[in-house]
Amino acid sequence: MSFRHFAAVTAVAATFGFAASPALAVTEIQWWHAMTGGNNDIVNKLAEEFNASQSDYKVVPTFKGAYPDTMNAGIAAFRAGNAPHIIQVFEVGTATMMSAKGAIKPVYELMKDAGEPFDPKAYLPAITGYYSTSKGDMLSFPFNSSSMVMWINKDELKKAGVAEIPKTWPEVFEAAKKLKAAGHDTCGFSNAWASWANIEQFSAWHNVPIGTKANGLDGFDTVLEFNSPLHVKHLQNLVELQKDKTYDYSGRGSASESRFGSGECAIFLTSSGYYATAKSTAKFDFTSAPMPYYPEAQGAPQNSIIGGASLWVMGGKTADEYKGVAKFFTFLSDTNRQAKLHQESGYLPITKAAYEKTKADGFYEKNPTLQTPLKELTNKEPTENSRGLRFGNMVQMRDVWSEEIEAALAGKKTAKEALDSAVARGNAMLRTFEKTAK
Amino acid sequence: MEKSVVFNGKLLPYLLLAPQLAITLIFFYWPASQAIWQSFLREDAFGLNSEFVGLENYQALFAQPEYYTAIGTTVVFSSLVTVLSLGVALLFATQADKNLKGASVYKTLMIWPYAVAPAIAGVLWFFIFHPTLGTLARPLRFMGFNWNPMLDGTHAMILVVMAAVWKQVAYNFLFFLAGLQAIPKSVIEAGAIDGAGPLRRFWTIIFPLLSPTTFFLLVVNIVYVFFETFGIIDAVTAGGPAGSTTTMVYKVFADGRLGGDLGGSAAQSVVLMVIVIALTAIQFRYVERKVQY
Repeated sequence: MSFRHFAAVTAVAATFGFAASPALAVTEIQWWHAMTGGNNDIVNKLAEEFNASQSDYKVVPTFKGAYPDTMNAGIAAFRAGNAPHIIQVFEVGTATMMSAKGAIKPVYELMKDAGEPFDPKAYLPAITGYYSTSKGDMLSFPFNSSSMVMWINKDELKKAGVAEIPKTWPEVFEAAKKLKAAGHDTCGFSNAWASWANIEQFSAWHNVPIGTKANGLDGFDTVLEFNSPLHVKHLQNLVELQKDKTYDYSGRGSASESRFGSGECAIFLTSSGYYATAKSTAKFDFTSAPMPYYPEAQGAPQNSIIGGASLWVMGGKTADEYKGVAKFFTFLSDTNRQAKLHQESGYLPITKAAYEKTKADGFYEKNPTLQTPLKELTNKEPTENSRGLRFGNMVQMRDVWSEEIEAALAGKKTAKEALDSAVARGNAMLRTFEKTAK
Repeated sequence: MEKSVVFNGKLLPYLLLAPQLAITLIFFYWPASQAIWQSFLREDAFGLNSEFVGLENYQALFAQPEYYTAIGTTVVFSSLVTVLSLGVALLFATQADKNLKGASVYKTLMIWPYAVAPAIAGVLWFFIFHPTLGTLARPLRFMGFNWNPMLDGTHAMILVVMAAVWKQVAYNFLFFLAGLQAIPKSVIEAGAIDGAGPLRRFWTIIFPLLSPTTFFLLVVNIVYVFFETFGIIDAVTAGGPAGSTTTMVYKVFADGRLGGDLGGSAAQSVVLMVIVIALTAIQFRYVERKVQY
């Protein structure tokens, strides 16, 4: 068989999902993901290593665009009957995936069926809690977990005469004013992920609810309530500071993270997973610090919640394919691999053993930046308000919340009006979701 | 004596029509009927359980204040894009129709943007005018103009209109140029001999003779702006800030794809379909009367 002929046959087989036919000895596992930059390389390397480690299965990673795009591509593929085996879904898509019984294969079931060694207690509860049922059954496999941290350009802070890294919001505002006076006239401080920063993480960190029913973890009949005086006050502060760009809005996603790397914004809140990119682009001394808080808020800081994504296994595949997926998950859980993954990417280690190993190796003494999110997550015993969140329709709801934040920052609405409207519109979406998810 | 060929039998004409009919049925009527059916259902994103809910999706749709905002935005966006892309293309076509050195180079360059996919066009414009990364946004800011499409709805609207127009001008240009070249030179020369200046020649001779092209393009452009611009909007502004560039078709896309609300999204598609059918019917009924073939 000529190479060209072989390639054509493989392409046809892959297209029609016949990859598992006995004519080809290797079973292909399709893995759709949303990782870019340094993290894309890590995904490809993981697949290569796994493929080299055994000869029965071949993991084929495919980049499918940003998080929402990847999730939609997976849903569309499922409807068309050719879903991939593994799909990386960001944490806000969790409720949607969970409710799609029959479309997914729960991870705990997958591991049991495949007979792979699997102990859910080996994983960090702060992370797996997000992806498990109330009974503790793990539904998806945590892959890249992160939390939100405050990235600091130490060189610029020094130049602006800010002696200490700010801890509270008022201190951040003061530092930003100094930075602005020292030449950062387009951005004193900023943040990526408008709603994740200012609504979701903000609420958990201050121990105030986003919604009832433990932020939706205890049921889909949850009602939003993030229009509390504290939320309004924070947004109001941002609105005031936006006027002269002491704070400057950076959009709904992570596209503007480069404002930190380029040196434009010297204080920037975004995911701890930004580490790999910061390391390769920032030409200055940088570090990460815990998110700021309002000192008058009782109990703040509480603990942060995770973001990032997990791997969902799609339903309707063959037993052999599932065995391959299970083996791949075991491969990913390996302590040394997890520790290395954590140290290179900045994402959190998902197993307790990997965390202990990194600590024991003395890694954090040299790289305190990577311990910041772990310290935030474990700062206090989680409460009803800080265990996590699970809202249906969250992907679009985030856009709606961001829209309202934008309306306030642009001066079209007051902070109070914007948050009231975000809550009302969000509740309407939750009720629609509740009707479809049975 | 006139020679004519006569085909007997009724089968042949139908056979000849069949491919076109099949395409129309499969690619137009079938999806349209699906959309109508879907708009009466409530279904989860994965299509695992669906339920017939009658007109509930429509009721929910018309109860949303955001939907009326989107209708308003659509009116502004589509008028601007249609008028500008037709106007600019006509201007360029009349200029390129002159006897110029290297005219074919200009013509080729003018047609290029049409080959660019909407999403890519959108990303280009997003980066050129990104408030902090953009190559053109920096000079704008440097000149003291507070350019910020991330928060200022008007700026964002200007940006998506520019991107959508840029993309469509190429297409319109091509048709206008062909239309201009089909106008007999003798008619224009006759006008010139009678003492009509260039502007007068344009408005009394060229423009009326161009009217079939203009009318065709008007219909095509309205369809374009109503249906095909969501890719550009998604890449440039994602409907923001604060919904100020969320047009009706973008909302169909956002609710269906991002929100997984297929019933609501289908109901919006049906409304959009009705509007475009009505607009096209009005055009054929009233505007076409003024067209001189």
